[in-house]
Amino acid sequence: MGDFLLVTIQVDMHDQLASALQDDLTNKIAKVNAKGVLIDISSLDIVDSFIGRMLANTSAMARVLDAQTVVVGMQPAVAITLVELGLNLSGVHTALDVEKGMEMLRRHIAMTELDGDTSASD
Amino acid sequence: MLQTETICVAASGDIVAVRHAVRRQAVKIKLSLVDQTKIVTAASELARNMLVYGGGGEVTLEVLQEGVRQGLRAHFVDAGPGIPDINLALRDGFTTGNGMGLGLGGAKRLVNEFSIESTVGKGTRVTITRWR
Repeated sequence: MGDFLLVTIQVDMHDQLASALQDDLTNKIAKVNAKGVLIDISSLDIVDSFIGRMLANTSAMARVLDAQTVVVGMQPAVAITLVELGLNLSGVHTALDVEKGMEMLRRHIAMTELDGDTSASD
Repeated sequence: MLQTETICVAASGDIVAVRHAVRRQAVKIKLSLVDQTKIVTAASELARNMLVYGGGGEVTLEVLQEGVRQGLRAHFVDAGPGIPDINLALRDGFTTGNGMGLGLGGAKRLVNEFSIESTVGKGTRVTITRWR
């Protein structure tokens, strides 16, 4: 089983930093053959369309590299604002905290391994 | 008008400065956490629009007092190319750049008052207000 990557965003990121993080993370997923990525945004007091798009892109790129992404720890005020802004983050998995996100990843990976076993025995 | 503050937006780091200044003023007039988050997010979108489409500009913040209620107003002024069709620009999903097209329409939904004036070749001025 591959590793999980845990990324904690602790600063208010300007746009170039957010783009750089997206690229770094995508490279890292391939390099360590990660099967899961947890992005902890509990320190972020806003998510605007740029950061939202970065989260959605990272999640999509990870999927292409056979890794599952879970965004964890979104503050309720941020969630309310995001939806009103018009960003629904479709395709991005979310969990309340790191622990629940980790559970989600383990379950997902156990399930895909099970699928793999079934097809192998066919 | 109680006080004003102006921030120049010329690079993406300045968008962060705008977010911080708006947050500071929103906290000062005791907006709820959700309302703080809404106006900071709206300001972030508008400051970015100004930078990407207007070539940068200025954000001016005012604290308003109207009877017993207080509000926070932010003006986003650029001398960029202007917006030929404002209704189209306000529509979700419409963009002339490579963003998501949520900036203007999304910002409008996050505040109590929203106005936009734009003259092609002269620039754009967007004003948002959130009342407590």
